[in-house]
Amino acid sequence: MLPNEKIEYDTIESLVKENSTVLDLGCGSGELMEILTDKKKARCQGIEIDEEKVYACVRRGLSVFLGDLDSGLEDYEDQTFDYVILNHSLQELKEPDEVLQDAFRVGKKVIVGIPNFAYYRSRALLCFRGVAPHAPSQPQPWYETPNLTVITIKDFLTYIKTKNYKILKEYYFNNSRRIQLWPNIFATRALFVLERR
Amino acid sequence: MTETEEASNIAESAGIVETQYYRYNPLPGTFLMENGLSLPFIDVAYETYGVLNPLKDNAILITHAFSGDAHAAGYHENDKKPGWWDNMIGPGKAFDTNRFFIICSNVVGGCQGTTGPCSVNPETGEPYGLSFPLVTIRDMVEVQHSLVLSLGIEKLHSVAGGSMGGMQVLQWMASYPDMVKSAIPIATAAKHSSQQIAFNEVGRQAIMSDPNWNNGQYYHGASPAVGLALARMVGHITYMSDQSMETKFGRKQKSEKNPLKFAANFEIEGYLHYRGTSFVKRFDANAYLYISKAMDLFDLAGDEPLHKVFRGACMKVLVISFKSDWLYPSYQALDIVRACKLAGLATSYVEIDAKYGHDSFLVETEKESQLISHFLNKVE
Repeated sequence: MLPNEKIEYDTIESLVKENSTVLDLGCGSGELMEILTDKKKARCQGIEIDEEKVYACVRRGLSVFLGDLDSGLEDYEDQTFDYVILNHSLQELKEPDEVLQDAFRVGKKVIVGIPNFAYYRSRALLCFRGVAPHAPSQPQPWYETPNLTVITIKDFLTYIKTKNYKILKEYYFNNSRRIQLWPNIFATRALFVLERR
Repeated sequence: MTETEEASNIAESAGIVETQYYRYNPLPGTFLMENGLSLPFIDVAYETYGVLNPLKDNAILITHAFSGDAHAAGYHENDKKPGWWDNMIGPGKAFDTNRFFIICSNVVGGCQGTTGPCSVNPETGEPYGLSFPLVTIRDMVEVQHSLVLSLGIEKLHSVAGGSMGGMQVLQWMASYPDMVKSAIPIATAAKHSSQQIAFNEVGRQAIMSDPNWNNGQYYHGASPAVGLALARMVGHITYMSDQSMETKFGRKQKSEKNPLKFAANFEIEGYLHYRGTSFVKRFDANAYLYISKAMDLFDLAGDEPLHKVFRGACMKVLVISFKSDWLYPSYQALDIVRACKLAGLATSYVEIDAKYGHDSFLVETEKESQLISHFLNKVE
């Protein structure tokens, strides 16, 4: 687990009600699903594209499918899950909009975690050093990053408005601190609980 | 192989094992095969590895593929070759015999100890031949079910198998959902595709067009060895992948070429011939017909959606397919996965990046082992 993800995990854990059903899209090695299964008795399923990480999920005794999120949700019926979680996986998708639409179809609530490329240090990278910004939570160089999109908090809020989704809760983080003031400048990551209008 | 090497191979395996027999002796009229015909009794060849615990809750049933048998692991006395899944079953292996009690039996309709078309019909004193009733995957599972009960086991920790073995796993999930805590269908399908039926039909035609086949009555004379070998050759091609054949044989030819125009000088040709002729020594042509037909007829859900078959079940499921398996392609595994999801079963699915085609589940077992042992650890 990346240390700066703990606060996201804690937050998500506090959000998810006991005995919920959860679909974790891009579940990685299953840390979050394990927490939700153990502490919230949630019934979790994950989808992950990385074979090794899928093995790690199986080792944890979790339900997981090796697969591509861009083509993974059509099997589920409407409103199957209490929560669909996309924690830092949205920016890795080819069709983020379609996957989100699908997430809102199969889940009653959608929890989205994103990196913020408008964090002031990321801005400085481009502005003063002339290099492509990367989010502090994802330090890989451009040729190794799994990200397909550069996304900011402002971009995401605009998107939510256009699509008429409703924000139930929003959290902004810098490392393990919550940020209240000017999140699009001072936060490195954001977490939203969303609902269809 | 030196004697010490042999000894250490045996030590790392389930050890020296013996095939046992169980006679399923139903009350008259109580055991009907799916097609309505009945057999007076069925002898079942089976082997077990590991120890059944006092609670009798550590048993795992292994179901074998088309040409497999009850000898899944360990060594028979004076035998140099271990059972067909010895790399997966044994102390510390995926199916860990230090923890689990493993059962594997030969399917009904087979020819490796369990009653099949080459067995003698007690009423006539002659081999059944084509008078043997058509066998289905469900019949195979019924017989296994009675064997498991006869061992005093009411609940299996898991049922696992590849290919036709996977079909039996699916049938177990549907027929006895309360008896299995977990299920591992590998490289399999809930029903055969047209392509799979097509290859099986070529095999059957190869056997039936051998004049020695004689409508299945060959047990007193020469057997249809040419036809059976040919069937096996076709089968073997479908079990491999383009890549695994290329790596193993490429266009290599024998060093001493046979001058005949159409001699089998390419190594792949020689290999297929070898596979064909060695198969004839251990397999019965009629059993080939019956078992391949059972696979073709298998259609777990029929006209219903597949997930309805699993409704009410609650076992954990691990579905495995292999990237290079073109005989049982991953879309068939995904059909199973989809049905499990819709039925609300706790399911995991992995398409293993393996190179050996359909045979991967038997030969490229490293990742498969990891997955299965971790999965079994978490079944409660």
